[in-house]
Amino acid sequence: VYQVFENVAKKYDIMNDSMSLGIHRVWKDVLLYKMNPSPGILLLDVAGGTGDIAFRFIDYVRSVRERQLRRKLKHHQNLSWQEIADSYQAETVKPLGDSQVVVCDINKEMLKVGRQKAQHLGYSEGLSWVVGNAEELPFGDEKFDVYTIAFGIRNVTHIDLVLQEAYRVLKPGGRFLCLEFSQVNNPLLSRLYDLYSFQIIPVLGEIIAGDWKSYQYLVESIRRFPPQEEFKAMIEDAGFLKVDYQNLTSGIVAIHSGFKL
Amino acid sequence: APGALSAGSVHRSHTEPAEDGYAGERDGGRRLYPGHIPTSPLQKALLAAGSALMALYDPYRHDMVAVLGETTGCLVLPNLRDKMRNDPEGSRILQERPRIRLSTLDVEGLRWLPDGTLGREYLRFLEDNKVSPDTRMPAKFVDDEELAYVIQRYREVHDLMHTLLGMPTNMLGEVVVKWFEAIQTGLPMCVLGAAFGPLRLNARKLQVLATELIPWAIQSGRSANCILNIYYEQRWEQTVASLREEIGIFPPP
Repeated sequence: VYQVFENVAKKYDIMNDSMSLGIHRVWKDVLLYKMNPSPGILLLDVAGGTGDIAFRFIDYVRSVRERQLRRKLKHHQNLSWQEIADSYQAETVKPLGDSQVVVCDINKEMLKVGRQKAQHLGYSEGLSWVVGNAEELPFGDEKFDVYTIAFGIRNVTHIDLVLQEAYRVLKPGGRFLCLEFSQVNNPLLSRLYDLYSFQIIPVLGEIIAGDWKSYQYLVESIRRFPPQEEFKAMIEDAGFLKVDYQNLTSGIVAIHSGFKL
Repeated sequence: APGALSAGSVHRSHTEPAEDGYAGERDGGRRLYPGHIPTSPLQKALLAAGSALMALYDPYRHDMVAVLGETTGCLVLPNLRDKMRNDPEGSRILQERPRIRLSTLDVEGLRWLPDGTLGREYLRFLEDNKVSPDTRMPAKFVDDEELAYVIQRYREVHDLMHTLLGMPTNMLGEVVVKWFEAIQTGLPMCVLGAAFGPLRLNARKLQVLATELIPWAIQSGRSANCILNIYYEQRWEQTVASLREEIGIFPPP
């Protein structure tokens, strides 16, 4: 699997846009919307490679923070000029309000691409890039408020270990969120989806990335992944409560959520 | 349960992936040679179109040119193979399946050959243009093992074409060789390359191309015997001039 992603790293984002016709961006936006993070949240994004979730997290928190500050400003309208100017000092130092995201990936190439993207797009603070294995995270217990894994869990060898590690590193009250390909519930769409996956996606992989086999593998790994209910049960087995899932695009993709309570 | 199986052309595998993430027993053994990727007609069509566009968009994607050749060559490759079968030297090549690779070439031996011999000039060509025979893509999408070898041989012989025609690896040289190969092999990929390659040349080069080089390439291509039927590896000591005469290539302008 490692070699697959080494080949895939540089063209990852282009391939994602081509394969999903840009819809993967919407899926990731929905994940953030569901997460609804507030400033001060510490996020661990596992298998986060090229940073898509991390950047969205930062954007989201930044805009929440700005709204917070604007609301504060309204309340300041009866203060003196001096007091208002002083309060600016305190707040501009923290545009993210202490939020941080740690992007963890087993693959250095993916992280490298992510770091370059961050630089290119102007993301500097609140981001950390760490190499690590989802089945054995290099973090202490109960460190994070939210754990996300977007399109990563289907590539691991032992899903149960990943879920256990997720449980371990989350603080009590923390949330587990997983965005992953799942089973399509509509039979007609399912046939079209299969046709598209097996006929078109490897061809796209060959044309765009010069790599048929990696994308053939990707398509097959999607088919092998447990369906929604089964995955929900696995999450519950790891100790999470209030586990639920939301299908997107008729089940092509699903967001599973669970809490450590 | 996973979605319903659709008709024949969809590939499906439920086996666990091997270490390299690629199941061994896929497609019920339709893999005919190492590196073979079986494809449906739809996939071939998409590959042909996509690789053509990508090759035009990014000329450095040599793999796209290769894919285009493989997916469009199916009508022409059997003719080439038959030409080889009908020729004594050609059929020996088909049987013995020689491959041109740096590991099999006696580079130092070639260097000691006198100037003007095929071996010496070939080596000079490789070094001057900084190319290596090992960078040729192996065939993936050809659905016949012998035809896969034929197209492989065509690719490996391409550098020798440059040597015999005296053309460098710049855009102009490549276009000329493509014209020659198009006449010789009839491979659609060569024809497309010959037709679209000149689009990237400036006016001065186009003039030279049109007035001198292309007519010569066409003439030579028509008069020459099939270039795939020459067992080059056994002719390193032959002079380029005599080989040209034997095959029927006119001296380059």
